[in-house]
Amino acid sequence: MTSTQNTSELPAPIGHFGPYGGRFVPEALIGALEELDAAHQSAMVDPVFQAELSHLHATYTGRPSIITEALRFSQHAGGARILLKREDLNHTGSHKINNVLGQALLTKRMGKKRVIAETGAGQHGVAAATAAALFGLECVVYMGEEDTRRQSLNVARMKILGAEVIPVTAGSRTLKDAINEAMRDWVTNVDSTHYILGTVAGPHPFPTMVRDFHKIIGEEARAQVLELIGRLPDAVLACIGGGSNAIGIFHEFIPDANVRLIGFEAGGDGVETGRHAATITGGSPGVLHGTRSYVLQDANGQTVESHSISAGLDYPGVGPEHAYLHDIGRAEYRAITDKQAMEAFDLLSKTEGIIPAIESAHALAGAMIVGKELGPEAVLLINLSGRGDKDVETAAHYFGIPL
Amino acid sequence: MSTPLEEVFVKTRLENRAALIAYIPAGFPSIEGCKRVIEVLAQSGVDALEIGFPYSDPVMDGPTIQEAAGIALEAGTGSSEVFETVKYAHDAGLATVVMTYWNPIEKYGVEAFAREMANNGGSGVVTPDLTIEESAQWKAATNAFGVNTIYVVAPSTKGERLAQVTAQCSGFVYAASLMGVTGARSTISSGAHDLVTRIRATTSMPIAVGLGVSTREQARDVAGFADGVIVGSAFIKIILEAKDENSALREVKNLAQDLAAGVREGR
Repeated sequence: MTSTQNTSELPAPIGHFGPYGGRFVPEALIGALEELDAAHQSAMVDPVFQAELSHLHATYTGRPSIITEALRFSQHAGGARILLKREDLNHTGSHKINNVLGQALLTKRMGKKRVIAETGAGQHGVAAATAAALFGLECVVYMGEEDTRRQSLNVARMKILGAEVIPVTAGSRTLKDAINEAMRDWVTNVDSTHYILGTVAGPHPFPTMVRDFHKIIGEEARAQVLELIGRLPDAVLACIGGGSNAIGIFHEFIPDANVRLIGFEAGGDGVETGRHAATITGGSPGVLHGTRSYVLQDANGQTVESHSISAGLDYPGVGPEHAYLHDIGRAEYRAITDKQAMEAFDLLSKTEGIIPAIESAHALAGAMIVGKELGPEAVLLINLSGRGDKDVETAAHYFGIPL
Repeated sequence: MSTPLEEVFVKTRLENRAALIAYIPAGFPSIEGCKRVIEVLAQSGVDALEIGFPYSDPVMDGPTIQEAAGIALEAGTGSSEVFETVKYAHDAGLATVVMTYWNPIEKYGVEAFAREMANNGGSGVVTPDLTIEESAQWKAATNAFGVNTIYVVAPSTKGERLAQVTAQCSGFVYAASLMGVTGARSTISSGAHDLVTRIRATTSMPIAVGLGVSTREQARDVAGFADGVIVGSAFIKIILEAKDENSALREVKNLAQDLAAGVREGR
């Protein structure tokens, strides 16, 4: 008999969406993840926590966010009715605030005094720095050096808000490496520190917890659309990097079988070029950053660098619930190139007077395609997840506008 | 049949000392240079070798091993080079384990990975980010091929969880001496001794301590309470800083001999 024989029972997998999700992390983090899981579960059923969060959303975030019908933009989308869920009007300029306020409240409940966060475009970093300022927490934000250059304005915003921004020089110097560095910090300082992960990826409970803090988007939007037009939309559209704004608006609609859910990934130069961040469209199942999902990877399981004009979508992984929704056919995922996204960015600005985040412009480009497919009878609900102020420099460069 | 790794601990227990386990990523400092380092380690008192599978996103590793992994990946190191290195180390007389993050195993194929380990003389695999909840397929595959499964426990691993994890270990239990990433430290945290004591209460399996050990004195201290001492970053650092390969090999030899003396002075 070999001593490798082992009859001890393995504990059941936790936090799965079909074969996806779970926990693939150093044992050092298990205690913190269990503490967080317990705090999340108790908070979800605690009326005091919910009241506190609702109050913050009403008096600080600016919820509920409104719906804007994009009448002129509609002409470029096959005449379909285009309803924009205006998460760009939230405090700090994107949906990210929904999650950070929830996690900051949990941090307070767990008695921790320091938070860390990763950021790509800087939206989540700014949101985390904002929540830390509001709650008096020490805040460190990890950001790929490449992204600190692309998004220097957001670096300044985080510093003004009192956060320390650490540029990450390892690997591809983007979001993926910022997450690695944040994980290393967390492993080292887990007693004092909560990691405010910014998307629906990472080890359990993050995908579920971050979704729970963003699902308010879809809850509000579903009711708003019903009130506005007396029926549900034909399709709900969102951009997907890690997938937090998409899961936020999709979730309430999952039981509505007739409502199509469509996520638009960053196609970069085109999926066929290999220079993209379309993880579901162009990747394969694997494990990255503590969760099993689709991953951009090579034959040896090494993560492949992603490419997108949008720093917020420039990530070679995706949330496990999206992987599952894709596999069971409940949601569709398509790729939008940089060029298509920038056309939509320009169009929304010029037809509606709304400058979208380049991330969200991927969903708008998707609306232009889906609208033409479905025609003028269709109603499309689009999550306008962020505003484009942070992207003005990138856009000016792209369109050749002198600064 | 027991693995060469298990035999090492039988031998070191008889000799009333701790085993010395060295770590080096496959393909570092180059695919062939790695073999020359292994040759030197095998001749300098090292009992077992932990071969790192270089990975793009090593969240448990500090800057030293990250840099080495980057060099190895640049050199084109993949699964076939890892298995080739395992075979080389085994043939050089070292009990050999692979340390790898989970995704390269999943991508290679869980069963196939366990089978290739066994085919190349590998004793076991250290999986720092594989939790026991996600281990069912891995345990079945390693059992089938007689490969040891080594899980890493941390100072924060407590109570029932600690017993659950050590119950899944074979070969040895990897005790991380501190909360943090790999890398040389000037002192070994007092938490290491406490953790080893707590592990002992759950299992009779040998316990090896890693993270932060770099000197003869530290090896001696750890050998006083653990069954194995794992040294990684210290070897890599001297290879990274050496002016050429010959001086690197000379310094690797000196450090290995020092550490080998240390693990014999602990009790």
